[in-house]
Amino acid sequence: MAIVETRAVTKVFKAGTLGAVNDVDLVTEEGEFLVFLGPSGSGKTTLLRMIAGLEVPTSGEILIGGDVVNDLSPRERRIAMVFQSYALYPHLTVYKNIAFPLRAQGVPKDQHKKKVEWAAGLLSIGHLLERKPRELSGGERQRVAVARAIVREPSVFLLDEPLSNLDAKLRASARAELEQFHRRVGTTTIYVTHDQVEAMAMGDRVVVLHKGVVRQIGTPKQVYDDPADTFVATFLGSPPMNLLENGEVIVGFRPEHLVPAALAPSAPIKLTMKIHNVEYLGSEWIIYGRAEAGPTPDKIIISRLPNADLSIGGTHEFAVAEPHLRFFDKTSEKRTTARALSWP
Amino acid sequence: MAVKRRPRSTGSSGLGLGVAMFLPAVLYVLLLVAVPFGMAFFYAFSDARIGSGGEHFVGFENFSSVLENPTFRKALGNSFIFTISSQILVLIGSTALALALKDKFRGRGFVRFVILLPWVAPISLGAIGWKWILDSIYSVINWVLIALHIVKPFDKPMWLGQPVLAMISVIVVHTWRLMPFSTVILLAGLTAVPRDIPEAAAVDGAGFWRTLFEITLPMLRPILNVAMLFGIIFTFTDMIVVYVLTAGGPYDSTQVLPSLAFFTGIQGSDLAAGAAISLFLVPLLVVVAVLMLRMAHRAEVT
Repeated sequence: MAIVETRAVTKVFKAGTLGAVNDVDLVTEEGEFLVFLGPSGSGKTTLLRMIAGLEVPTSGEILIGGDVVNDLSPRERRIAMVFQSYALYPHLTVYKNIAFPLRAQGVPKDQHKKKVEWAAGLLSIGHLLERKPRELSGGERQRVAVARAIVREPSVFLLDEPLSNLDAKLRASARAELEQFHRRVGTTTIYVTHDQVEAMAMGDRVVVLHKGVVRQIGTPKQVYDDPADTFVATFLGSPPMNLLENGEVIVGFRPEHLVPAALAPSAPIKLTMKIHNVEYLGSEWIIYGRAEAGPTPDKIIISRLPNADLSIGGTHEFAVAEPHLRFFDKTSEKRTTARALSWP
Repeated sequence: MAVKRRPRSTGSSGLGLGVAMFLPAVLYVLLLVAVPFGMAFFYAFSDARIGSGGEHFVGFENFSSVLENPTFRKALGNSFIFTISSQILVLIGSTALALALKDKFRGRGFVRFVILLPWVAPISLGAIGWKWILDSIYSVINWVLIALHIVKPFDKPMWLGQPVLAMISVIVVHTWRLMPFSTVILLAGLTAVPRDIPEAAAVDGAGFWRTLFEITLPMLRPILNVAMLFGIIFTFTDMIVVYVLTAGGPYDSTQVLPSLAFFTGIQGSDLAAGAAISLFLVPLLVVVAVLMLRMAHRAEVT
């Protein structure tokens, strides 16, 4: 097991253009499940590929277990990786796929069977060992890919959107399995995803990336409750955080904190909203409205309530309690200190 | 306003067009393949000679006399040596070339163009170039070898004049000519291998050779088979390189079946014997053709 560290890592694909990854500094903790979260094009996969050794950083250093590995090939880094496409070897059986890293790293042949069966057992694919990848379902392929990665007990485990090719139902169960799996093997894991639900559910910590820049590193609770800037505030959470301009600051609050005024009597922000859309999602209601008065009359404001039988077209009083307000600087869009509001 | 359409004609005009479109292909196969092939069969069982009319059926006489002819046996053996060695060289060479040309580098387009030249340039032109390169007096190879003091000026190799060297020369020139075709086929095959797979092999700890022999080549096998079968056909039926470089010599040491059939049947006027020799190509080509059809079928199914 090992700690992965990046120091000012930058990757510029074409000289003169903006880097895919810019000046990224991060350190994993021992045995941690670290998630790289960002929209497509945020550089999260490029960063992972640099850690794997499949991409050479333009500048900066990558350390695994305390050693600079910039000049080491992937095989010398003792990492394992699961690709988004799984990249199973199509001409080899599942057994041979899983055994390939053992053969490639010169593990004595008499141990192969035992190790392959151990990895296959861990992923419950023992009955598929004689099949070829094309005879497997998406979920089975994903397990084979994980088994192939884990079989040689790597020091670091890299996963590149391993669940994005699965259908929604399978994804949820595969996610739970991966979580349990990580708890059991305890290998330092870096997991790339664009799915905030996966990131929140699985990560010990989440690295939010945007345009190749780290916007925030923190536990799921920190990045959700205390976003470092407006990008993190809106990228995490569905529906996203409401952001309203007010003088020199942007005021943000989560939809679940915008409640009927009666529930928050001393709130600093009160909004009289004309409701123009209501979505009933079973466990909750999503209410879209526009503030009748205030500095941003055109802005759509979203409220998420467990119970709110409101009709479209009606006008209702909403409010946000003080502790739920987040303040961002209007020009830098970074988090700033709380201050008194002059709300009309 | 809706215009009422006449139902599409399946009658005479459609059929006529179909026949008209199909006819050139049928005529081509009939006149240029089937008729000559049938005539070869006919001549092989006759005593036809150029210039003398009135053939007689002679049964298997031509075949038995051809089989007893030592030159024929030599040519048959040479055909196999020629085909097998040049195919081995072509496959190794074109795999290396395809792997080298797969990744982007400066000037890749130019290098690809240069490598393709032997295939697109007329073969007689290329072969004549090689004839000069290998010439007993003007050989540029010998000139270099002498300049490097590897061979002595009065004891230089006669590339086309010594039996073993002549065979090697013919094989090398034919390899040079076939390589581009095979390379292009393999390049197309390589682009079909997802980039993730060699990367996964690299992460799994495989080096260049293990990735090549255990991952890339097995995945390329179907395409390698196609390249090889085409190569076998192009080589086994080819006589241009032999004809231009050595004309089968010295002492028939580079004679192959197609060239022998040509020299016997056309230049030697013995049509019957020439036809019989060329028919010995048929069994092998049938086997190759069946394999190719089976592979094409498999490619359709999967």
